[in-house]
Amino acid sequence: MKKFDKLISNAIGRLVPTVINGKPAVPYMGVGKYKPEGFRAAPKITSCADYPADGNKVIPSLKEALLKAGLRDGITISTHHHFRNGDLVATQIFDIAHELGIKDLMWYPSASFPCHEPMTKYLEDGTINRIEGSMNGALGRFTSEGKMKGLGVLRSHGGRYQAVQDGEVHIDIAVIAAPTADQFGDANGVNGPAACGPLGFALADAQYADKVIIVTDNLVPFPCLPWQINGNYVDFVVVLDKIGIAEKIVSGTTEITKSPDRLLLAEWSAKFCDEAGLIYDGFSFQAGAGGTALSIGIYFSEILRDRKWKARFARGGSNKYLVQMLEEGLVEYILDGQTFDLEGVRSMRDNPHHTDTSPFTSYNYHSKGNFSSMVDIVILGATEVDVNFNANVVTHSDGYLLHGIGGWQNTLFGKCVILPIPLFRDRMPVIRDEVTTICGPGELIDVIVTERGIAINPLRTDLIEKMKNSSLPIKTIHELKSEAEKICGVPAKPKFTEEVVAVVKWVDGTVLDSIRRVVV
Amino acid sequence: MGTIATTGNKGKGVRSDCFVTLELTDVGGIQLQVESKVAVMYGDSIRTEMLKILDFFGVENARVKIEDSGALSLVIAARLEAAIKKLIPTEKNWLPAMLNENLYTTAKDRNRFSRLYLPGNSPSLMINAGIHKPDGIILDLEDAVAPDKKDEARFLVRNALCGIDFYGAERMVRINQGERGIEDLNYIIPYNVNLILLPKCEKPEQLQAVNDQIKKIQQKYNQTNPVWIMPIIESALGVINAYPIASFSENIVSIAIGLEDYTADLGTRRTAEGLESFFARSCVVNAARAAGIQPIDSVFSDVGDMEGLRENVLRSKALGFDGMGCIHPRQIVVIHETFAPTPDEIEKAKKIVYAFHKAQEQGLGVVALGTKMIDPPVVKRALNTINLALKMNKLNENWREFYEKI
Repeated sequence: MKKFDKLISNAIGRLVPTVINGKPAVPYMGVGKYKPEGFRAAPKITSCADYPADGNKVIPSLKEALLKAGLRDGITISTHHHFRNGDLVATQIFDIAHELGIKDLMWYPSASFPCHEPMTKYLEDGTINRIEGSMNGALGRFTSEGKMKGLGVLRSHGGRYQAVQDGEVHIDIAVIAAPTADQFGDANGVNGPAACGPLGFALADAQYADKVIIVTDNLVPFPCLPWQINGNYVDFVVVLDKIGIAEKIVSGTTEITKSPDRLLLAEWSAKFCDEAGLIYDGFSFQAGAGGTALSIGIYFSEILRDRKWKARFARGGSNKYLVQMLEEGLVEYILDGQTFDLEGVRSMRDNPHHTDTSPFTSYNYHSKGNFSSMVDIVILGATEVDVNFNANVVTHSDGYLLHGIGGWQNTLFGKCVILPIPLFRDRMPVIRDEVTTICGPGELIDVIVTERGIAINPLRTDLIEKMKNSSLPIKTIHELKSEAEKICGVPAKPKFTEEVVAVVKWVDGTVLDSIRRVVV
Repeated sequence: MGTIATTGNKGKGVRSDCFVTLELTDVGGIQLQVESKVAVMYGDSIRTEMLKILDFFGVENARVKIEDSGALSLVIAARLEAAIKKLIPTEKNWLPAMLNENLYTTAKDRNRFSRLYLPGNSPSLMINAGIHKPDGIILDLEDAVAPDKKDEARFLVRNALCGIDFYGAERMVRINQGERGIEDLNYIIPYNVNLILLPKCEKPEQLQAVNDQIKKIQQKYNQTNPVWIMPIIESALGVINAYPIASFSENIVSIAIGLEDYTADLGTRRTAEGLESFFARSCVVNAARAAGIQPIDSVFSDVGDMEGLRENVLRSKALGFDGMGCIHPRQIVVIHETFAPTPDEIEKAKKIVYAFHKAQEQGLGVVALGTKMIDPPVVKRALNTINLALKMNKLNENWREFYEKI
């Protein structure tokens, strides 16, 4: 099986393979251009006759459950990342596979974290063939250096759901770590020692996998309520002593930034939104989890409080700051995809105005609409942006793959997408002639806010008009770029080989860009 | 002089800086090892630049290592030059280009509400200092630099004066006390420094020495730009001599008070209420006003306490100070907002100034508001308030036209 083959130039001018891990792939055609035909994938029909009538699906060990679920060479195993860096389950699966001598698995996580670094040894010894999902930190480095056997595939949260739904990816076994579950397999993330909030990232896995294993360390008698995952999807339930490290799941380390430079970015971003008329009674916004994004929330709060306005809803990642806004009445609803601290978990559990969402409700592009396009203000980050406003979130300027896409691509469909980013990090200019990897097409990115000026996408003539007499330093993206290069010097480009090591998929499953092997 | 020198900083938390190790050898040419966080983007240019500098100083045989955490080229140059000069006596200087943006001079009576202290050996804090719009930035060669780093800090501060844009902030340097401070001037005066802060000023003779040296250097470089001085009063003796200091020469634009050292000198300690320094602060204000210059208050050291800072500024303003130091960029906004005239003050001042202008136009010697006579000092204060409001964009320059219409 060829890792990649038949490269062609796609609609945004990037050379991408049309064969990926032996399967055909569609090159990116433009925003909203690719309209697939046919039907969604469907899981096998099952019969209650094959499941215990007393509802007890508990199996004594994970190994036994995996074997019963059909663990074998070459299959796809999925996990979710609601436990972030406190996940104790994903590596155990591959420990078992390794012990059994199983080879060529595909790991399909919704995201990976530093705690998953042990997977590199299984990538090296062939237990795992490749990762499709996200390759962060050490796993990204491993991929960039061309050491992964198969081709890595990076997808957004919405793209992950879309790939499963469309049948691009077939999950053989889904292992869903659940902070609380009953013996039937109903599960939630809001209770238990490993409480993480929602379980939405595991929805596609529950719905479409051949076999679904719930792993919990907090088994309760039926019914487990709320049942964010229905037991009706579940084959087996496994009880472990501990499935996650609480302090790493809800780290609580995401605090308002104290960096004066970042606070300035936050202040200017909020001011921009206000002057451009994006904030109004009943508006909506996406709150990121980074320190800068959190601080923007604080500035939004001041504006809302002063004018006695409310946001109709905020899209989380939630945390204590967003919960405070909800409880103070500045925000009417939180639509939450993941929860970053215990305050967020408590609020989701106790407050009916704080609801869990899944990539289906929020992001899936092959559905009958989703709410990401209804959000007024979306605040995001990026590792690089180019003069055409294309942005990169997965590789750094040195060419290394270090991050996943997350929900980033999906939220680009919001009405105004703002990237508050420093003009340079240490000596690395953020605005380039061409980004190392395109993750988001420039036509969807509206405003870049840096500490030395704000650039508005020329396509947004409405915003340019509104900000004509602004007190904020509005500049062109070219001006910002030369300002950074005057300070830092003109950076050299990273050196790559011809070998493609991973691809970035667009939200519709088409191939947006290739990531190449770095020259070490 | 030895054969090995190190300069700069490295390790966890160090950003935008580098650590240079230079070992002179007898043979073998230059062996240069570049370890850089930004090697892919700048590795080649770092190497070229360093070889050029080594060549410039005539270093032919040496082992050189740079451990770089994203230092700008002017920082790398400063580190390498400092290392070379630890080992080789030379009069030559390797200077980054002086930015055109950095060639401005400042007016004697400009606003000096805020001046932001920047440790003279920490490049990461300098690069973005100007974007927070302080009235002045202080590259500090004195207390914020460890004793064994004071030599290398001079090169960094010099290069920063040439190559870092502080976006219109008054470019200040705090020199060291005594003989070292006089030597510091050699590294900064030629590079368009706007103002020198002289720490622990107790006697006018200290100012004489500074002025003499400035004059000497400026003559050598054929420069005539003004170099203002802000003496810092930090001792009991300094307080006693505040007026002779404040009125010593034309280029003294303000005097500041440093309360940590002053309270230590008194044998007491600094409190939030500041009763122990009331006398000294009042003396400084009085001396400055008598000399027609600006009195500037000490820094507020709790960077997390913005409310405390605001109260402190209000007290400062009430005592008659015209500004204060800051040690964190977030303090700048609070200081500016609080020193700025309040809307109430501006409204009152508008009434008085308007009446004053009317009276002048009508050739009247007396200013009156309704039936009330306005004393000349009140008019003067109102004029000051209006000027300040204009400078700080709190008031439209055509305010009188608008005022007429009401």
